[in-house]
Amino acid sequence: MSVFVKVAIFVVLVGSFDLLLGYTGMISFAHTMYFGIGAYGTGIALKSMGASWEAIAIGFLSAALLSFVIAVAVGLFSMRTKTIFFAMITLAVANAFAVLVNQFYTITGGHDGLIFQIPRILKPAFVIIPRDVFGVPINGTTLSYYGILLISGLLFLLMLRIVNSPFGRVLQAIRENELRAEALGFNVLGHRVVVSCIAAVLACVAGALNALWLRFVGPEVTLDLQVMLDVLLIVVIGGMGTLYGAVIGAGVFVLAETYLQSAIAYIAPMIQETPMLSVIIHPDRWVFWLGILFVVSVYYFPEGIVGRLRNRAIKRAATKKWMRW
Amino acid sequence: MNRQDISETAISIGSTTNLLKRDWLPIMIVIAAALIALAFVGSPSIWLTLTLAGLAMGMMVFIVASGLTLIFGLMDVLNFGHGAFVTVGAYLAYAVLTMMTGLTVADNLLLNVLALIAVVVVAAVGAGLLGWIFERIIVRRVYGDHLKQILITMGGMIVIEQVVMMIWGSQEKLIQLPTSLRGAFVMGDAVVEKYRLLVVVFGSVLFLAMYFSLSHTRIGLLIRAGVEDAEMIQALGYRIRRLFVGLFVVGSGLAGFGGVMWVFYRGTLTADIGGELMILAFIVIIMGGLGSITGCFISAILVSVVANYVAFLVPEMAMTSTIILLVAVISWRPRGLFPLTKR
Repeated sequence: MSVFVKVAIFVVLVGSFDLLLGYTGMISFAHTMYFGIGAYGTGIALKSMGASWEAIAIGFLSAALLSFVIAVAVGLFSMRTKTIFFAMITLAVANAFAVLVNQFYTITGGHDGLIFQIPRILKPAFVIIPRDVFGVPINGTTLSYYGILLISGLLFLLMLRIVNSPFGRVLQAIRENELRAEALGFNVLGHRVVVSCIAAVLACVAGALNALWLRFVGPEVTLDLQVMLDVLLIVVIGGMGTLYGAVIGAGVFVLAETYLQSAIAYIAPMIQETPMLSVIIHPDRWVFWLGILFVVSVYYFPEGIVGRLRNRAIKRAATKKWMRW
Repeated sequence: MNRQDISETAISIGSTTNLLKRDWLPIMIVIAAALIALAFVGSPSIWLTLTLAGLAMGMMVFIVASGLTLIFGLMDVLNFGHGAFVTVGAYLAYAVLTMMTGLTVADNLLLNVLALIAVVVVAAVGAGLLGWIFERIIVRRVYGDHLKQILITMGGMIVIEQVVMMIWGSQEKLIQLPTSLRGAFVMGDAVVEKYRLLVVVFGSVLFLAMYFSLSHTRIGLLIRAGVEDAEMIQALGYRIRRLFVGLFVVGSGLAGFGGVMWVFYRGTLTADIGGELMILAFIVIIMGGLGSITGCFISAILVSVVANYVAFLVPEMAMTSTIILLVAVISWRPRGLFPLTKR
């Protein structure tokens, strides 16, 4: 059950990242920072104001505003001279933010993070139907489960709408040929800044949802480079420049993470004796395999699962047409 | 750009030794920052300690960033895995040091310095070799594609860091300087740590060496010209790819050297040691102007000195102040302190 929520939240996070990477051709390393801002904003508000809906609203809105302002500032500033600076500066900003979160531990809980309460309606103690339906208890958790799925689904539709709008077309034009897009009269910098703001706010929503579901925020679930790596990997596996890729990638990744990690943990004791293998196949070496997978997929599989299927479909359609002729 | 232009620009770069024509403003800013900080800090002795620490930090950032800026300036290759070479250099230093305890424990300056030099050589050569492999396997296939470069070098860095963890374990390690390099001089009220002084000397020597090899050797001329206009150099019949590979190896070796300096400075060693320094190096090369060694040097010092003062005055703001500084400098000179490239 919680696997699906994780997939849904990742779909929003990764999809919004794909707006940048896949559709516009910009790499932002600050995406998990916005995710973290959403999570921390909601978490801190719930912690300090008590478990109320107002706290969620205030926390989330101020987080979204902060994300928006940072995204505008970073976008305008970093892309003024050279677009590639965007990647470097977002990395630096994300790092500075992580340091700040750690240093203001009285507010953020530092390394340990924050545990907080959520409104009673969303908790398991809130019973909606006193009996199990199809063996599943219907209570507050069920409500927040479907709530998160619904919100994620709506956000996904919103992103689809964005990429298929004229605005999304311009983004793709910028990705393909920046100079030409500019020559056609489109404001390249403006479009880039706007899309980075949209992505930032979407990531912020995903962060808030994540905080509500986990009832916890901490650096390792939001701000760590590890989370950023997960996002990058999902985009690449699913297919850059396709939002459906985000869904497939997130699904494959979360399933793989859940089951492969336990598989490694299961195998590890068996091969403890073998000298080389036991070092390489070790529960702690999960990131190593992610890294290898990442490098290999950027080389040999850059179009991702959806991209490859789509190319194949296009090819098939083309050959059919040819045969009919 | 025709041939005459190139020779003209070459001459104009060559004549930068003409002191009057040089751009002194950025250097003035560093001095001004130090003087303003003196007013805020109050005590001159604390100020001196802070300044020296900032200078030492700046030298280390410069050592790491200098290779990166040339690599980027020459071939437009942005290596997001540069930090991995810092990490490898640091761990090699640790490995060599534990093998040579005889030389490092002895209370003899000559033996200690010998040990340090051996450590630096091993680390730099090791990191350079790794850089060569990295260039062949990872970077070579993605020339001209920034997006893939960033992704793939980032992935490469993660893999290297994980391999380092496999070899040396993931727990934090302590590392100690050779005996006679520890401790500090006391000058008046000010405490001057020996090692920081040594780092400043190393960094300055490296800067001068790089500056002169860039301005007075044939290879340096080619590198400068390549930064200016790579296609023209190829058209003139030079194999810029080979030059670039060489530069990549040297840059990686320098990152390893920086890693050695940095690990002794910190005293503790973890696998993410390189990432931290790499982010500072990025800021420095943007601020200094891509491909400019002088810009890299000045901005490394500026960033580190300012970060050090701020860390003393308002500890929470150290990293944020660096970004604010970057914003200020780029607003003033959008292409960096000493712009070289036309791109």
